[in-house]
Amino acid sequence: MTESDAKKRKMIVLMLLALVLAVMGWIFLPIKSEKILCTVVLALSCGAVFFSNDTGRYVCKRILLALLTILIIAAITFFAMNAIPGGPFSKEKAPSAAVQAVLEERFHLNEPIGTQFRLYLEGLMQGNFGVSTKTGREIATTIFSSFAISAKLGGYAALCAVILGLILGSIAALNRGKLADRIIIFFTTLFVAVPSFIMATLLLLVFCLQLNWFPIFSTDNPSYVLPVIALMLSPMSYITRLTKTSMLDVLGQDYIRTARAKGVKQWKVIFKHALKNALIPVITYVGPMTAYILTGSMVVESVFTTGGLGTKFVQGISNRDYPMIMGTTIFLATLMVTMTLISDLVYKAVDPRIDFN
Amino acid sequence: MSEMPILQVKNLHTSFFTDAGEVRAVNGISYNLDRGKVLGIVGESGSGKSVSAYSVMQILTDTGRVTEGEILFNGDNILKYDDKQMAAFRGSKISIIFQDPMTSLNPVFTIGNQLREAIRIHTDRNKEEIQARALEMLQLVGVNEPEKRLKQYPHELSGGMRQRVMIAMALACEPDILIADEPTTALDVTIQAQILELMQDLQKKMGMAIIMITHDLGVIADMCDEIIVMYAGKVCERGTADEIFYNPRHEYTKGLIRSIPRLSEKHEKLVPIAGTPVDLLNLPKGCAFASRCDRAMKICLREHPEEIRVNENHIAACWANVLQMYEEEQGGTNA
Repeated sequence: MTESDAKKRKMIVLMLLALVLAVMGWIFLPIKSEKILCTVVLALSCGAVFFSNDTGRYVCKRILLALLTILIIAAITFFAMNAIPGGPFSKEKAPSAAVQAVLEERFHLNEPIGTQFRLYLEGLMQGNFGVSTKTGREIATTIFSSFAISAKLGGYAALCAVILGLILGSIAALNRGKLADRIIIFFTTLFVAVPSFIMATLLLLVFCLQLNWFPIFSTDNPSYVLPVIALMLSPMSYITRLTKTSMLDVLGQDYIRTARAKGVKQWKVIFKHALKNALIPVITYVGPMTAYILTGSMVVESVFTTGGLGTKFVQGISNRDYPMIMGTTIFLATLMVTMTLISDLVYKAVDPRIDFN
Repeated sequence: MSEMPILQVKNLHTSFFTDAGEVRAVNGISYNLDRGKVLGIVGESGSGKSVSAYSVMQILTDTGRVTEGEILFNGDNILKYDDKQMAAFRGSKISIIFQDPMTSLNPVFTIGNQLREAIRIHTDRNKEEIQARALEMLQLVGVNEPEKRLKQYPHELSGGMRQRVMIAMALACEPDILIADEPTTALDVTIQAQILELMQDLQKKMGMAIIMITHDLGVIADMCDEIIVMYAGKVCERGTADEIFYNPRHEYTKGLIRSIPRLSEKHEKLVPIAGTPVDLLNLPKGCAFASRCDRAMKICLREHPEEIRVNENHIAACWANVLQMYEEEQGGTNA
């Protein structure tokens, strides 16, 4: 009891500190968007301290931490990019000094690095990721338009992976040692082991080029089937194996015997009493997996040339397009942090033993 | 002729089919349970006492199967029931409470949810009636603040409370038989006494028969009408509690009684039963207890003793009794 009290006190002190910082920021910072951010931080810190509901406090705390995480990631990416020898305009054939100067002026590269970072963060708070050094387009526009494709692909893939994984895993667990189990485990092992780029290429080769069942992916005629399959096979297989293991574990538990002894019908024992417990380890995996699939597996997207976020990220790196790399990294990080938070909340909803304090 | 027993178990054999071979957990036990009576089944770990109860409930694990025998409930052989009949039978006619209340309740559902489910399955009451019945049951088993408890999860309750909830769940549909599978083993001693008292109390109120399974003879001494002592899946001895305690006629029972700690005899050392339980994969031909028995004779190794009536209230399966009877008879004729 005393230990948790001490913890609580420490938390409150920390949050009060955040509150003070936020108030100071609100008073002294000149820009409107920064004031908005400060207000948000303020509200969250108040929430984290004064919410009567555990979950509410926890969410506020987590969002505050998420903001901090994203700031740190932005800083690391920014300074790491600057530490790389050369700049966005270093090419085999260097541009003339005059051109170089104009470009540097335009992208504020002539400023000291601290100022550059401050300028970048200011832009970021207004949702402005800067302009591509390669194409001159707004990064934000590029990210959101390509993310739309990735999200659609990834959404389907994640959904299929979870649903099929749970079903196949349960089937394997209920038929342990029988033919169905062996077949499922054989294929899932195969799909986990084969790298996704080989699987993607293979699918493309067989079903597009040889059998002609599906058209090749293009923006005018997007065919999502093959990329979705290529994206989902590996996570689906992983979920299947996870579900099987945890289902077998749960089916051997005493409370399953209790449920049967009460007269609960077999299918209800499995789908009510066992599945909810078996889901717990699966959920921890599904959160980050969804973020990973949503942002687009770079390799699979390249193979199918879908023009999703993954493709843009890879292009950004090979073009030394600093704002593009920064933008996508921060976007991915935000998405990852959000998905983890969501999966933690789902975790709490499924398992009442989780205590956020 | 008296009334038909509510439960008759006849020559029950249950085996587990494992990779190592057939594990014969129960090897032909028979007993009758009369309405409203308390039957105690005693034995050490692996003696088949729990498995015999699970056979009656048909809640054995996948590998376990009843291979021989009959289980008659009110004269109906429940081994012939299909899945649906069996599901309707469990919980409404026979209920069971388990050894470990910490793991026997589902951690992700509230107490209320689990209790209401037990009621909903076997009755056609509406929501309010089910809720009322759940509350009534919690009050009956002595759970404080029942309204609050219904909304709580198992991990928020103590072990004793959870066992009370298990009892409430088991008795919610007023079964004819309650099987208690070592209901107090996982609880500390003061709680043990409370739970036993509660069960006796409820038995008086509701009039169900109880099968009390335990490895601790002391626990059930003053509760049971009849006691069965099991070893290696067979009955060694059966009789009234008094007979078993004061006139044990099987070496194993004697060993069990010697191993109960007594407060009255301060400096007496406890006497454990030497040796280890028999390997159920390879049961010996003769008496399974022979290898651990001080008074084993040649015949004990060769042939399994039949159950022999010692007196009106007492049956034992031990060759020593046959010898004793023979000697008494001889002595009688010689004198």
